[in-house]
Amino acid sequence: MIQWWNSLPIHVTDAIWTISVGATCAIACALLGCYLVLRRISLIGDAISHAVLPGLVLAFILTGTRNPVPMMLGAMALGVLTAVLTEALHRVGRVPTDASMGVVFTSLFALGVILITVYASQIDLDPGCVLYGLIEFTVFDTIGFGELEVPRAFLATGATLGLVLAFITIFWKELKICSFDPMLASSMGISAALVHYMLMAMVAMTTVSSFEAVGSILVVAMLIAPGATAHLLTDRLGRMMRIAAGAALSSAILGYLGGVWLNTSVAGMIAVVSGIQFALAAMFSPRYGVIGKAVHNLRMGLQIVREDALGILWRLREREGRASISRPELERLLGAGWMTRLAMRGLQSSRLITASAAGDLALSGAGREEARRLVRAHRLWETFLSSELERSPQNVDESAHRIEHVLDSDLADRLDHRLSHPATDPHGSPIPRDDADDSLAKETPAR
Amino acid sequence: MISYNTAIVLIGTSILGAVSGVLGCYMVLRRRALLGDALAHAALPGLCIAFMIVGARNFVALLGGALVTALAGSWMVTVIPRRTRIKEDAAIGIVLSVLFGLGIVLSRMIQNRTTEGSKAGLDSFIFGKTAGMIAQDIYVISAVGLGVLALIVLFYKEFKILAFDQDFASVQGWPVLWLDGLMMGLVGVTTVIGLPAVGLALMAAMLIIPAAAARFWTDRLLVMIILAGIFGLLTGLLGTAASARWANVPAGPVIILVGTGIFGVSMLISPRRGVVARGVRHLRLRRRIARQNLLRTLYELSEAQWPEATRLTPLDLMKERAWDPAGTARLVKAGLREGLIEGDADRFSLTDTGWRDAAQVVKVHRLWEIFLIEEAQVAPGYVDRDAEQIEHVLPPDLVDRLQARLVELDLLPKPLREVPERHAALAPIERVAGS
Repeated sequence: MIQWWNSLPIHVTDAIWTISVGATCAIACALLGCYLVLRRISLIGDAISHAVLPGLVLAFILTGTRNPVPMMLGAMALGVLTAVLTEALHRVGRVPTDASMGVVFTSLFALGVILITVYASQIDLDPGCVLYGLIEFTVFDTIGFGELEVPRAFLATGATLGLVLAFITIFWKELKICSFDPMLASSMGISAALVHYMLMAMVAMTTVSSFEAVGSILVVAMLIAPGATAHLLTDRLGRMMRIAAGAALSSAILGYLGGVWLNTSVAGMIAVVSGIQFALAAMFSPRYGVIGKAVHNLRMGLQIVREDALGILWRLREREGRASISRPELERLLGAGWMTRLAMRGLQSSRLITASAAGDLALSGAGREEARRLVRAHRLWETFLSSELERSPQNVDESAHRIEHVLDSDLADRLDHRLSHPATDPHGSPIPRDDADDSLAKETPAR
Repeated sequence: MISYNTAIVLIGTSILGAVSGVLGCYMVLRRRALLGDALAHAALPGLCIAFMIVGARNFVALLGGALVTALAGSWMVTVIPRRTRIKEDAAIGIVLSVLFGLGIVLSRMIQNRTTEGSKAGLDSFIFGKTAGMIAQDIYVISAVGLGVLALIVLFYKEFKILAFDQDFASVQGWPVLWLDGLMMGLVGVTTVIGLPAVGLALMAAMLIIPAAAARFWTDRLLVMIILAGIFGLLTGLLGTAASARWANVPAGPVIILVGTGIFGVSMLISPRRGVVARGVRHLRLRRRIARQNLLRTLYELSEAQWPEATRLTPLDLMKERAWDPAGTARLVKAGLREGLIEGDADRFSLTDTGWRDAAQVVKVHRLWEIFLIEEAQVAPGYVDRDAEQIEHVLPPDLVDRLQARLVELDLLPKPLREVPERHAALAPIERVAGS
């Protein structure tokens, strides 16, 4: 296995390692990011990713090594400190949360930069690298495990992903309850504050392990964008996390390929890909996307026009005894426009109306059933409004016109029963029954 | 004597500080403090695109490009929460990081294409090259700063309405969208001219910290704006001066920390909203309540023997009120000091002053009790148990009626019954006014 791996060309293994580093930290970030997005504290990710800098430097100064464990601990401490200070300024100083976050993280970041420059001779922390990361270079710094050369960065991000997975699995219920209903969590004896600070510590750790790869600003994209993308696509937390992880993985792969193709920053490209994913979800998500919502509205609108057309045909036959109507006249009655034309086409293709050779339109058998259901719902509702809710018959048509599109036949039957099977509506028009034959329609007088 | 270079930097950072302090007020008041951060990051791709098109270091074109994407970013931050279920915080985070990522991608592509070292330019954009400011930068910063301030003066009323009640502004027919756009444009321009001078992190801080510090001192917008301007100016001046002393420390972070210092001091010592002032108020209130509790307890323990003073021990008090020994000892000591009780810390009794004050406290307390019991239907709007003087909270005729009930129920503290004239404050106001 290892031999086979080592026999691969070096650029292939490098590519796979780079993608692995990107994917592990992207997935770890995305999983935690779901909670940040749901709890509307996404920006604490931005704040923490800046504020951990002094923690890193202090850990380095204190231990004198680049051993990742103390550095992680320093970063986690600073991450929690950021959350605590933000909360303290908000509570003690009555500063709005966003402003207190801004004060805290810019100050801590400034402190970190000063520490770096003061101890510059001892630290090879490049502030630029901290900001935008150099994932391409992570493959040059490896540790050997026997035959296998593993990039140091992958060890860090892989271990982080493992810890994040363990954290989420162990505290799944607590995190879930605290994300959706902190009050309920408190009443169940779960300390929402403790869960919050643990989450902050995890965010800090993940941020730091991603520094080398993607830097402190682009890690924000990894934290927030996949979670937000998933939030647009589903309402269930478990599925949200799977979608976010999938988005993160694909952003790492596509980001790498794009970065190599354009010969540019892979880390930046990963952020751009997650941004594109988010934009696509915001546009095309079936339920929450801009276009998804527009399509939904259009379909509703079309259905209403279609049903109105059926209703007109029914009433025409009822009042004037005409079974058919010319297409231009029907379109005029419905209000001419592309919606109407589209609706007519839909009605014909679903065979609810038929066109004669001369182009006149008439209800088909199925269309008559559908129209009867609609008119029945309309008139039953009118009767209900005027007899049970005592609205004057002049005022019931508007409401019935709206409700006929949503009143199903079961509800209509109940209304019918409740009103003891009325024969006519308040205007005197007959209420069609399911078993009524068409002759009923002919003998009614106009209202 | 300061050198010419230092003077340039001093002027530049202080003007920038003042302008962003003023603008920051609106951002902080509108809970948009972090939008400035997003704008600053979103400027990067525009800068790169402009560089790709214009090629050379054409200052105006670069700033124009940066401004375009910065404003596009702020537009996205407003549109995303309105059109999707994603909230503003996530929108800010995504816009900030993704556009910055795009900027990194573009800048790396520029670096690959050109041989000249434009990476240095990018770095100075992020961290700022404060010490490298030249006279031309000062002219640009001053011109833009004056323009921004002039527009803020011109649209003072409009921006004020926008900051405090956007719905009201739109109901009143103000073009809220345009005003909002103008405001974001001002922030964008300031950010963009500030970036090459002071860098990303400092720009975000300059928009937040002076304004947040000024907020502690006042509740009035005009005062807050002026203060934030002054704080921003001071931050720039002091920060630059401090960083000039240490050669290798970049000015940006030092300036931020000076701002943090001003913020911290404001938070501690500002008279109304400051932590110390509020702590003192809190302490005073607690002391007043403790004194009232002591007097009431003493009175209730001594009432039966009146007018003879009952000798009491700390244990009596503790049994009555479930107080802890240390707290009781403190209260007794305070009572002795104020002359409310006489004797020593172990055996004490009410003095004449003590009887009078205690009777007053007990009366108010009992008035409240009666009020809550008998007039409870009006209580929620009036309940303020801490009010020392009930007549400031309740209408005078109601106090009169309550007092009558107190007499009826034989609950009026005895020392007060013997006092010939009624406590002036409790006499009905009409009668006082009529006499």
